[in-house]
Amino acid sequence: MLVLSRKTGESIMIGDQIEVKVLAVEGDQVKIGIVAPKAVKVHRAEVFEAIQEQNREALTFSNELLNKLKRNK
Amino acid sequence: MNIETKFLGQVEIDEQNILTFETGLPGFLDVHKFVLLPLDADLPLVVLQSVEQQQLGFVLAYPFAFKKDYIFEISEEEKIDLQVEEEEDVIAYTIVTLKETFSESTMNLLAPIIINTKKKLGKQIVLQDSKRYPLRYPIGSMEGSAK
Repeated sequence: MLVLSRKTGESIMIGDQIEVKVLAVEGDQVKIGIVAPKAVKVHRAEVFEAIQEQNREALTFSNELLNKLKRNK
Repeated sequence: MNIETKFLGQVEIDEQNILTFETGLPGFLDVHKFVLLPLDADLPLVVLQSVEQQQLGFVLAYPFAFKKDYIFEISEEEKIDLQVEEEEDVIAYTIVTLKETFSESTMNLLAPIIINTKKKLGKQIVLQDSKRYPLRYPIGSMEGSAK
């Protein structure tokens, strides 16, 4: 992992199109602005983790309900 | 060819219907080949079954049957990934998390599964609007469904 120190108002460029700017630091919160082409999707990492978890959860359930669904048309 | 499925026993599939998920699914990045199997002709549900791993079978919902105003845009990046040429090549499903009863079950509106039926490509995409489209949207009751 590359670790860089930045002050408020300073930026990091990722490639030549993605700019990550530190907007403000308030206590343990950092406000980050991201300028990126539309094609690059920016998400909080938690969103991805939640989707992974949801997918795993979707694999476990009672077959009983599935059978019930198939029967009760 | 015949495959072992999670819900439907052994099923004969046409190799032409195998869908490729280039990037796998979040949580299952190494699984790339799936087929869609009908669960029951009368239900807006299908099974997304891995061709490679029997235990990897998801129940998918046709989301518009449960939420009529569900609408989203596919980004340019995803259109390229899925080689989308025309809108009608694409079909959307949502992954269902089944609970004890159908009314307690939820579907993931935030990350729908998009399938290009023409090119046989699939991808689970993440929508930007996480407030509008929750990860656990209650399926609720569907007309004519099991309660």
